[in-house]
Amino acid sequence: MKILVTVKRVVDFNVKIRVKADGTGVELANVKMSMNPFDEISVEEALRLKEAGKASEVVVVSIGPAKAEETLRTALAMGADRAILVETEDQVEPLAVAKIVKGVAEAEQPGLIIVGKQAIDDDSNQTGQMLSALLGWPQGTFASKVEIGDGKVNVTREVDGGLQTVELKLPAVVTTDLRLNEPRYASLPNIMKAKKKPLDKKTPADFGVDTAARIKVLKTEEPSGRKAGIKVKSVAELVEKLKTEAGVL
Amino acid sequence: MAILLLADHDNTHLSDQTAKALTAATKIGGDVHVLVAGSGVEAVAQQAAKLSGVAKVLVAEDASLAHNLAEPLAALIVSLAGNYDTIVAAATSVGKNVMPRVAALIDVAQVSEIIEVVSSDTFKRPIYAGNAIQTVQTTEPKRVITVRTASFAAAPEGGSAAIETVAAAADPGLSSHVSDALSSSDRPELTSAKIIISGGRALGSSEKFKEVILPVADKLGAAVGASRAAVDAGYAPNDWQVGQTGKVVAPDLYIACGISGAIQHLAGMKDSKVIVAINKDEEAPIFQVADYGLVADLFDVLPELEKAL
Repeated sequence: MKILVTVKRVVDFNVKIRVKADGTGVELANVKMSMNPFDEISVEEALRLKEAGKASEVVVVSIGPAKAEETLRTALAMGADRAILVETEDQVEPLAVAKIVKGVAEAEQPGLIIVGKQAIDDDSNQTGQMLSALLGWPQGTFASKVEIGDGKVNVTREVDGGLQTVELKLPAVVTTDLRLNEPRYASLPNIMKAKKKPLDKKTPADFGVDTAARIKVLKTEEPSGRKAGIKVKSVAELVEKLKTEAGVL
Repeated sequence: MAILLLADHDNTHLSDQTAKALTAATKIGGDVHVLVAGSGVEAVAQQAAKLSGVAKVLVAEDASLAHNLAEPLAALIVSLAGNYDTIVAAATSVGKNVMPRVAALIDVAQVSEIIEVVSSDTFKRPIYAGNAIQTVQTTEPKRVITVRTASFAAAPEGGSAAIETVAAAADPGLSSHVSDALSSSDRPELTSAKIIISGGRALGSSEKFKEVILPVADKLGAAVGASRAAVDAGYAPNDWQVGQTGKVVAPDLYIACGISGAIQHLAGMKDSKVIVAINKDEEAPIFQVADYGLVADLFDVLPELEKAL
């Protein structure tokens, strides 16, 4: 079985982002970019399934600018077999991403697609669900455990009250949550080897997908800030303040 | 045209997340119809009918709908979508799971986790873990929206909407439910609690977490939360996680104990009315958002706090 994994190039999770003064967006020039953390978890899960003999090949796909090749190389250095870059300078909305990945899936015929549950830039949490809908496949979102069986996969999901386990017919789409695994680091020899692994370049037009935005961003602004309050010296003072000043006890 | 609001429930109780999403739906404008899909959900339908601002309650009963599986639930919503120009759900684990599936099936770009309704087609939503707020306008013929419920007050009771039965869609048969491991607790739920006490990595173990945090929570009648670090380390279960990828909360009082205040955690709690931070490290970023900071060892201070309450 082949596994397809999606990866996105985003602002590194450690970077404190700045909103542009003119309200047109977030400052992205000269900012450290990395693989979306949930996508690292997706790549790791695919590699573990391959190492366990449940998968034969791991293909990674990214939709983004030319520099997203770096993100794909990172996935290849972790151990993925080959990569597909669908190159576009547009900001592609989740629905269009899902349509492009559907096109990739129709060409590649994977038995499982693993998608990060959300990207930490737009925080949409949509792509995996949309992809499975378009393919007519089942979805196992927010996965904390993935067990491949015969023609099926059991996915344990992180839900509001705890955990839910569902059984999905393969092929299926799984979206990854934080507790699924701890992604490996790429070793230096593997980083070198990754440079020679195959990477195909495509465009959204190759899949007949229009990436024009359907949601207009009118403005981007700083959230209303919160100021630091005061330091109290003791528990007694804290309780007193909460009772009389804040009125919350 | 009317608005379809998906009810969040466990087949017995209507979650108050629905009443909060109802407030957002009402602001968008139009008759709001609440869809209660499940198995044996008559009581839930009665509760939904009592919410003020609900014009009609639609009930779909089927075994395939008992466990909120995305595939049959999305098929049901899509079968009703022709009658509505707006489909809304609270951004709970059910709403987040099913709504993008619905959106893709009707070829609509979804707007996730709105925190404000600016007008019927324009909304504010957080990006980058709440470090920026976008105002977005959808140009779609239909709107598919999830609501960050911490940003909206619950709609009050006082309605008496009619309850109508609708047929479930054919189960696509792609998925089945295996088991649930849901935490049962007498404590209030994180997303509706007035007071939350949260613990971080400084707790050091699951035993210490229970020993130090829970007595204070019991004294306060508070819900218990945790940082991602504490959950990853196994000190607390996943459904206690507060933050960008966990639960987003806005209680009257949030007490952060031994939590340094990573931006991903702040994203989940910085709209709380009053924030208290207890941390040994004077430089911890959590103090920058705290109304009251106490620089101290939580193992000394929390037992003392429990006695003082």
